[in-house]
Amino acid sequence: MSHFRVDIRQRAEEVLALYPRPRSAMLPLLHLAQEQDGYVSDEGIAEVAELTSTTPADVRGTALFYDMFHLEPVGRYVVGVCTNIACLLAGGDELLEHASASLGCAVGATSSDGLFTLEETECLADCNYAPCVQVNHRYVRTTTPEAFDAVVEELRAGKLDHAVPHHGTLIRVRRAGGLRAPRAEVAAERAAALAARDKRVAKETK
Amino acid sequence: MATLTAPRIVLSRAEFADSHTLSRYLATGGYVALRKALKMFPEAVASEVDQASLLGRGGAGFPAGRKWSMLRKAPISYLVVNGDESEPATFKDHLLLERDPHQLVEGVIIAAYALQVSAVYIFVRGEFALGLERVQQAVNDAYEHGALGQNIFGSKFSIDVVVHPGAGAYICGEETALIEALEGKRGFPRIKPPFFPAVAGLYGEPTVVNNVETMSNLPWIINHGGAAFSALGGGRSTGTRLFALAGRVNNPGVFEIEMVKNTFRDLIYDPQLGGGVINDKKIKAIIPGGVSAPWFGPELLDLPLGQDEVAEKGSMLGSGSIVVMDETTCVVRAAWRITKFFARESCGQCTPCREGSGWIERAMFRLEHGGGRLEDIDLLLDLCDNIAPGLTWPPQQTTICVLGPSIPSSVHSAIQMFRDDFVEHVTNGGCPHD
Repeated sequence: MSHFRVDIRQRAEEVLALYPRPRSAMLPLLHLAQEQDGYVSDEGIAEVAELTSTTPADVRGTALFYDMFHLEPVGRYVVGVCTNIACLLAGGDELLEHASASLGCAVGATSSDGLFTLEETECLADCNYAPCVQVNHRYVRTTTPEAFDAVVEELRAGKLDHAVPHHGTLIRVRRAGGLRAPRAEVAAERAAALAARDKRVAKETK
Repeated sequence: MATLTAPRIVLSRAEFADSHTLSRYLATGGYVALRKALKMFPEAVASEVDQASLLGRGGAGFPAGRKWSMLRKAPISYLVVNGDESEPATFKDHLLLERDPHQLVEGVIIAAYALQVSAVYIFVRGEFALGLERVQQAVNDAYEHGALGQNIFGSKFSIDVVVHPGAGAYICGEETALIEALEGKRGFPRIKPPFFPAVAGLYGEPTVVNNVETMSNLPWIINHGGAAFSALGGGRSTGTRLFALAGRVNNPGVFEIEMVKNTFRDLIYDPQLGGGVINDKKIKAIIPGGVSAPWFGPELLDLPLGQDEVAEKGSMLGSGSIVVMDETTCVVRAAWRITKFFARESCGQCTPCREGSGWIERAMFRLEHGGGRLEDIDLLLDLCDNIAPGLTWPPQQTTICVLGPSIPSSVHSAIQMFRDDFVEHVTNGGCPHD
């Protein structure tokens, strides 16, 4: 019995087909597990282990290495405020402090209504809008406390669900089709192409 | 005044609202270069890139053509594109991934054709949710358009491209860590040698790893020729380059300008570029190429933006990100925050990096927040020296990857340039700026 919903399971199998080894699908599959459950649950870990031919301990150990995977439940909106160098110079610490007061939760914690989790992030590569804020890994570009509060209000009212979808960095990523040929055929093609190139080069240099 | 006569090579269509779509791409010369490349021999395509002497735009600045020539001949080989941009204050690849994904995809196909590699993975930083969507859409469109898949554009060449998401780890920008992540493991950089994945990379097979900006230059190079590219810039630094300008400037952003022809001062002060320092304050220091690079004082503002020019002065152009700190900036706080970043992102494999980054961070924390001691300043230099013996640039390496020797850059620079500020933090019992 699969823990993944039918649609997630189907996407997982499509992802697996893109790699010569199932373990390579680890990160995308963990993203899918998080998309379904809102975090990486034990059941999700077990299913990823089954799909990648690894063990739950191995999957957990890998997931823990990566900042984006939450191994415990988080708020519906994960709010990340950057305080790294470019944001520091633009008041990132002050904005983070404001966010904490405004959302009513400490950095790293979830608000009591379960709506928001606040994180201090490293550089989010959007430094011309410093201090940089992401909600569920969508740039909201609120560089002032006032703009931040306005976005929080809209999130609370559910008005930004199009711009800021639920968890899952892959929630709107869909590959249109599979790979074109089996691996063995691809290898044979390349071998033939390299041989042809060598022959051509040898002829030219004679 | 800045010299802004060079053509826009990678940002030619970024200002269009629909710059990421196939229709805009085709309307602005898209996939013409690929069609041209497919009529050439693969080695002729590679030789154009060689002639362009395109230096890798990821950070190390290794010539792309030379990297390609090292690819060991084997039936199974891979091309991997590094879109895991995470060096603090670097935000150029983010722009290219979101604003011009087709240009990247076309560049990737050209590179794959030159290498005769038919399996490509584009690794995109996980935090770039929109970037992932845009690149995947571009890949889908390219299949539909006949630029990807079986016998592309009716040629004998066939290729598959897979978009792979990261999941939040700075270290995965290191190419062997990126390969580990692509294999579904923790992003632990691999022990060298081999120094290049071209020898043994993804699944142990020969692999070329190239940066997003590097790939994005290829359509232009094929359209206009390698010689036209190398005619721009100067010395080893050819072409244009994206510079990400951040910090205390009026107009932070990503600017495409010709290499070497412009200086740090031009970039920071030209009204069409950085627009000067906020409130006309004086510059205290700049970081010339990502937070891994040693800092420069204002006396080096007239240095040209070229790889060798910056290297000669003991730093690097690195990822092309320039951070401006002005006289209102607390350099102790800035260096502390950068060290905190490294302490957080160290993968933990090597002792000097794992222990050193945390130790330096704690010493910097107490200097900044009160409780610092005068002897901490020499302790910091000693710790830095333990990670990168001699504190030279380029640094001596005691660790598997270059994250380790990047840690001392900011702290060492700050102490060398502003020792008095550190002493003041001690005598004041914390940051005097607070």
